[in-house]
Amino acid sequence: MTLHAALHVTRETFALDVDLTIEPGEVVALLGPNGAGKTTALRALAGLLVSDSTIRLGESTWDDLPAERRPIGVVFQDYLLFAHMTALDNVAFGLRARGTRKADANAVAARWLDQVGLAEFAGAKPRTLSGGQAQRVALARALATDPELLLLDEPLAALDASTRLRVRSELGRHLRDYPGHTLLVTHDPLDAMVLADRLVILENGRVVQHGTPREVVRQPRTDYVAHLVGLNFYRGTADGTEIHLDEGGALTVAEPVSGPVHVVFPPSAVSLYPEKPVGSPRNTWPATVAGIEQHAHTTRVELDGTPTVLADITTATVAELRLQPGDPLWVSLKATEIHTYPR
Amino acid sequence: MLPALIGLAFLLVPLAGLLAKAPWATLPSQLFSPEVGQALQLSLVCASLATVICLLFGVPLAWLLARGDVPGRGFLRALVTVPLVLPPVVGGVALLLVLGRRGLVGQYLDQWFGVSLPFTTTGVVLAEAFVAMPFLVISVEGALRAADPRFEEAAATLGASRWLTFRRVTLPSVMPGVVAGTVLCWARALGEFGATITFAGNFPGKTTTMPLAVYLALETDPDAAIVLSIVLLLVSVGVLAGLRDRWIGGAT
Repeated sequence: MTLHAALHVTRETFALDVDLTIEPGEVVALLGPNGAGKTTALRALAGLLVSDSTIRLGESTWDDLPAERRPIGVVFQDYLLFAHMTALDNVAFGLRARGTRKADANAVAARWLDQVGLAEFAGAKPRTLSGGQAQRVALARALATDPELLLLDEPLAALDASTRLRVRSELGRHLRDYPGHTLLVTHDPLDAMVLADRLVILENGRVVQHGTPREVVRQPRTDYVAHLVGLNFYRGTADGTEIHLDEGGALTVAEPVSGPVHVVFPPSAVSLYPEKPVGSPRNTWPATVAGIEQHAHTTRVELDGTPTVLADITTATVAELRLQPGDPLWVSLKATEIHTYPR
Repeated sequence: MLPALIGLAFLLVPLAGLLAKAPWATLPSQLFSPEVGQALQLSLVCASLATVICLLFGVPLAWLLARGDVPGRGFLRALVTVPLVLPPVVGGVALLLVLGRRGLVGQYLDQWFGVSLPFTTTGVVLAEAFVAMPFLVISVEGALRAADPRFEEAAATLGASRWLTFRRVTLPSVMPGVVAGTVLCWARALGEFGATITFAGNFPGKTTTMPLAVYLALETDPDAAIVLSIVLLLVSVGVLAGLRDRWIGGAT
């Protein structure tokens, strides 16, 4: 059964208005910047805040149900494991609260701990667990009651980088096994891309884009999404192979198009020259260096010009050009590297 | 440094003096006299009952003040702390005015149920509870306010009712605060004098608790007063120390 949710939450300075559908077995990621309303949406789904939302799953509606009567499981950002209980008691808590006998609840909880690879930590108190272990106990606790809807609130945010990689892939495995509906709230595009079947991008309480990770990565529709996926992004109006950008400047593309379009190209497609390059079918325009940022294997250069642009260049090029903020340069970009799609 | 030492001396010297002046020779016979035994027993029973009453009503009250959705919570909180700063004698007078035989509530208790509270052992318990309850409430409320309410939300998402959440999640997490509050409350009740003598009077075996017995003995038999004081001192210190090791000091 598909889960339909129309979430409406009004606060003094903020309004959330989000429609979501989640299929059984599907993982939907709610991705957005801080303050976009992601956690508010999660809390509305969980019944942890008062809202005039409608949530429907098959025949049943959840609108009037308090949190404790909704068939949900939540993994909180900092897990919120009960400190005075053992890992086993934490996992068994939901079953006990729903009236399962202690022995049965413990048996189910032990099975879940085993499933997340923590069987030997059943008697451990949460403060003795590592971040990754605590996250797995939190996941087991949320799943032990067989919820219809699993809500994950930034489940990897509290982990350090190396743990994160491993826990992310494990989480992915458990989510694939889980037959219910999953909503993952995150501001990390990588978590969303790796774990989710579908992305819903939230900005200022509204959905600005949704689609599969592949669609979103290839065709971002807002500056935020373009920034997340690391693309140069412009709005423009096409006239054949010539595209006039809204912010000024023009680009030549390989395939003729028409009407209002989005224009994207990766920073790695941009080349920088000290002099105006001659004799090539390329887009070239003058720009000045506004900022330089060292990434793992490349250097990202932010350039002011018409239009402004991000360029990823090799460290060798940086050395060759002796880049300094304020330096004048020429930007060059092949027409075939530019991707356009209708607005 | 010097002011600190003076402060320390000021607190400790009187206690040392008490021990120095103790009539060690007659101490055993004094200690096991029926009067002391009676007063000590009455004190322990009344203070413990008063503490139970404070727990039964004080913990829910603390929860209301910390978490409840009541208007004027700050004002309520201030009201609750009034008995803390009120001279206990005034508390005793107030209790008499309300629960006395002609009191606002007391007259109906007397008419309808034939119950009269002043000058009874029940009166002692009530007077002690009145004076001691704020200690418990303040302590538990502080612990509750420091406890992260999101754990209660986590329990709710796991299907726990509010009562179950309180019992299994909130209460254990504020247990050190509850224990500390209980100890304070009990110690305050044990030492209560002003409200007790005003509301419950001074009837040996019925309302003469240890502090009252000390006061009484000081006029007639100073040695007995010293012995009683030492017993009170030891009981208080003993309980505080015992609970401190177990609950307040280290990890639970």
